Amino acid sequence: MELDVNGQMRTFDAQPEMPLLWVLRDLLRMTGTKFGCGMALCGACTVHVDGQPVRSCITRVSTLAGKKVTTIEAMAEDSIGKRVQAAWLELGVPQCGYCQAGQIMSATSLIRQNPRPQDADIDKAMSGNICRCGTYPRIRAAIKRAADNAGSAG
Amino acid sequence: MNSMDDSDVQVINVSRRAFLGAISAVGLVLVVGCSRRDTASADPPKYGADSMPHGWVDNPLAFVAIAADGTVTVVCHRSEMGQGVRTSLPMVVADELEADWRRVQVQQAPGDEQRFGNQDTDGSRSVRHFFAPMRRCGAAARTMLEQAAAAHWGVPSGEVTAVNHEVVHGPTNRRIGYGELAVAASHLKVPAGDTLRLKAPSQFRYIGKGEVRLVDGPDIVAGRGMYGIDTVLDDMLFAVVARPPVYGGKVGSYDAAAALKVPGVVKVVEIPGTPPPSEFQPLGGVAVIARNTWAAIQGRQALKITWQDGPNVVYDSKAYRATLEQAARTPGEVVRNQGDVPAAMARAARRIEAEYYIPHMAQTPMEPPAATARIVDGLCVIWTATQAPQATRDRVSKRLAMPSENVTVNVTLLGGGFGRKSKPDYVVEAALLSREMKGVPVKVTWTREDDVQHGYYHTVSVEHLEAGLDAAGKPVAWLHRSVAPSIRSIFGPDPRHEAPFERGMGLVNVPFGIANLRVENPAAEAHTRIGWYRSVSNIPHAFAIQSFVAELAAAAGRDPKDYLLELIGPAQRVDPRTMGDSWNYTESPERYPFDTGRLRRVIETVSREAGWGRKLPPGQGLGIAAHYSFVTYVAAVVQVAVSGKGELTIPRIDVALDCGPQVNPERVRTQIEGACVMGVSNALASEITFKAGRVEQSNFNDYQVARIDAAPREIRVHLIASDFDVPLGGVGEPGVPPIAPALCNAIFAATGKRIRQLPIRDQLAAHGSQPAANG
Repeated sequence: MELDVNGQMRTFDAQPEMPLLWVLRDLLRMTGTKFGCGMALCGACTVHVDGQPVRSCITRVSTLAGKKVTTIEAMAEDSIGKRVQAAWLELGVPQCGYCQAGQIMSATSLIRQNPRPQDADIDKAMSGNICRCGTYPRIRAAIKRAADNAGSAG
Repeated sequence: MNSMDDSDVQVINVSRRAFLGAISAVGLVLVVGCSRRDTASADPPKYGADSMPHGWVDNPLAFVAIAADGTVTVVCHRSEMGQGVRTSLPMVVADELEADWRRVQVQQAPGDEQRFGNQDTDGSRSVRHFFAPMRRCGAAARTMLEQAAAAHWGVPSGEVTAVNHEVVHGPTNRRIGYGELAVAASHLKVPAGDTLRLKAPSQFRYIGKGEVRLVDGPDIVAGRGMYGIDTVLDDMLFAVVARPPVYGGKVGSYDAAAALKVPGVVKVVEIPGTPPPSEFQPLGGVAVIARNTWAAIQGRQALKITWQDGPNVVYDSKAYRATLEQAARTPGEVVRNQGDVPAAMARAARRIEAEYYIPHMAQTPMEPPAATARIVDGLCVIWTATQAPQATRDRVSKRLAMPSENVTVNVTLLGGGFGRKSKPDYVVEAALLSREMKGVPVKVTWTREDDVQHGYYHTVSVEHLEAGLDAAGKPVAWLHRSVAPSIRSIFGPDPRHEAPFERGMGLVNVPFGIANLRVENPAAEAHTRIGWYRSVSNIPHAFAIQSFVAELAAAAGRDPKDYLLELIGPAQRVDPRTMGDSWNYTESPERYPFDTGRLRRVIETVSREAGWGRKLPPGQGLGIAAHYSFVTYVAAVVQVAVSGKGELTIPRIDVALDCGPQVNPERVRTQIEGACVMGVSNALASEITFKAGRVEQSNFNDYQVARIDAAPREIRVHLIASDFDVPLGGVGEPGVPPIAPALCNAIFAATGKRIRQLPIRDQLAAHGSQPAANG
């Protein structure tokens, strides 16, 4: 089986129904994408498929032929993603950090679709991503910071 | 105390790589053989870090390495689970060492308390207990570097000073970098602790500033942070375990035929459980070992298992609540008594009574429990996220019947802990399965369902309170009965009563000047594993007491903040033992009395900062609560808005915190913000229930925690400034307890509806909006 992950074609043996999450983590050993619930309830496993946020824990790998998968490991090369990462650091968002890959993937996708998200937009777009440490207030602030920086950088 | 015995010191340089992993540069040679001498039993009582297993170590040879290029490596022996300890403690060492933080890296210690001192990362203790030892550690290393420089130049050591990663000879202004001095310094004797020159707080570079960024931040945002679940080894196998659904149950029989046909499944094996009290040992069950996690999960679904449930099959949360309520309405074991409560109740102008229910909860760290084990040549190596590295080592060693020194526990980042990862049952599972596979590395992953259904749950309790008020509405009698199964039930025969450490979490140590006060603790049996959950028994005790005080204020027609302050009375330093608290978070009652003046101050601060008494629109209200826990004083004002349909939002929470001096104020703030959100989760949504001995919830669909849309819109943290001569308080947990009662008091102010059972869930749906009677 073949898959475009972060711009590289990766080859592996997997059952077609295997979720992308386990392909990434166990077969390709890319552990940046996290397991949190297995049922698309917590958002820890969020990746982008053709630029759209997707919960990799319920996405069968067989549905991804010809599509581009982007993970947290490639966010530093994404013009919005790297600003989101920078804002996360500037505002000291992470606590344990485990959910933050998923949060950053969701936030990047939000800003791409809505360059000036307000609180209600943020709550709506981010409510699928659970953070048990409770970093939500800083996530809201960091999304606004990243959006501002993205905007000013054109 | 903690004198170092030179005969224990082994100078090693090459073999230490095996121990310190990534450190390859040889500089200041790490010597890590110093252990504390056991002290005779006739010694005076020990408190704080001295009272913990293996106490503390402040030897720089255990914690600091300096490479020839000047890179300073500081070992962090406490587990990082979001509290920022891998930043805060190494920063303390670096500050006293006069190191340039940009040239400092952090190395995580494996489980080895002989070398590093106590590693149990719980009880809000890391900075509180290790601030002083880590300062001495940094100062000793700095002194050794200064001595090495003085010897190098042949000048008196009084003429040299370490400044920002180099030593300067004052008279000649000669300078030499730490890297050049490291080897010579490593051969010097470690100066005795009482000879060290510690910095004055005004000289601190990093301590108390809050300007140091998170050590692990860049890795975390890039997806490079390595958690226990992320361990990758060549040829590793992946396992999940089907565990008995009832605590104490076991496998009757099982059929693995279908599971073994799942592609990728390698083996199915039974793990024997440990009957209750099962402590930190696995529950047992049937493990499926496979080529990847997903195959293991599929294999487990295909298993056919018949369970023998055992006696806890009777556990039913509805029936159990009735049992607790009955117990709470009947006199029980007296754990504090002053004055004559029955007589004062009889004389009271009015009697008020209320009962509160706080359910089981599960910690649900976002990283579920996971561990990897490998066994080669009689040596077991573990990689895991654990709050208890030494306990993990001990339990694996015991279960594998292997000497402790043959077990290495590598501590990864923790994707949250909250108390769950203090119990290494999941690590023992991995070790057993690796042994089963002849030592091949096996990673055990708990699915979220496993985590929700086979945990160590926050206790469940009924808190029954009665008060007698005089004609002016002032309490003249106070009776509190707390009924809750005890954490001690996992360690031995069920004591059926709260332990001193549970009672000391806000039950007996109520700081109210009420002449007649009685606290009782009727019996309650445990039917599941009860375990620590961030802030532990403070959750039910604070919820009940701080709700009840607001109820009394309402009955007396008084402002709840004024009423609370009056109950606390004038500022005084109270010996906790006089309040029936012999535990005091393991701290000395002399150094850490219950200081009601500090409690008053956080209440006064938070009221002022939150604008207590300000006008709010209809349907909104402010609620206040204050609680002392982990030797820290916290007060919160929560602002709620309740719509006509009963939808609740939280525009703002203000918290005032007095934890003594703040070593890393920036991380103190984030801990309090997180505590607010967890307090909101506890109050609004989280509940574990049992039926036929089985947990009824399974994942984040039915075990709910706060999401971003339920989070407070704004959290303002007000830190009380403090000198560094004040003993440190805890930070990680004490923010949680006041949140739920302040929230429910705010709901009362907004709607007139009093919440007495958690979680709130849909209890507001029926009430309809009422004009605010804001306090």
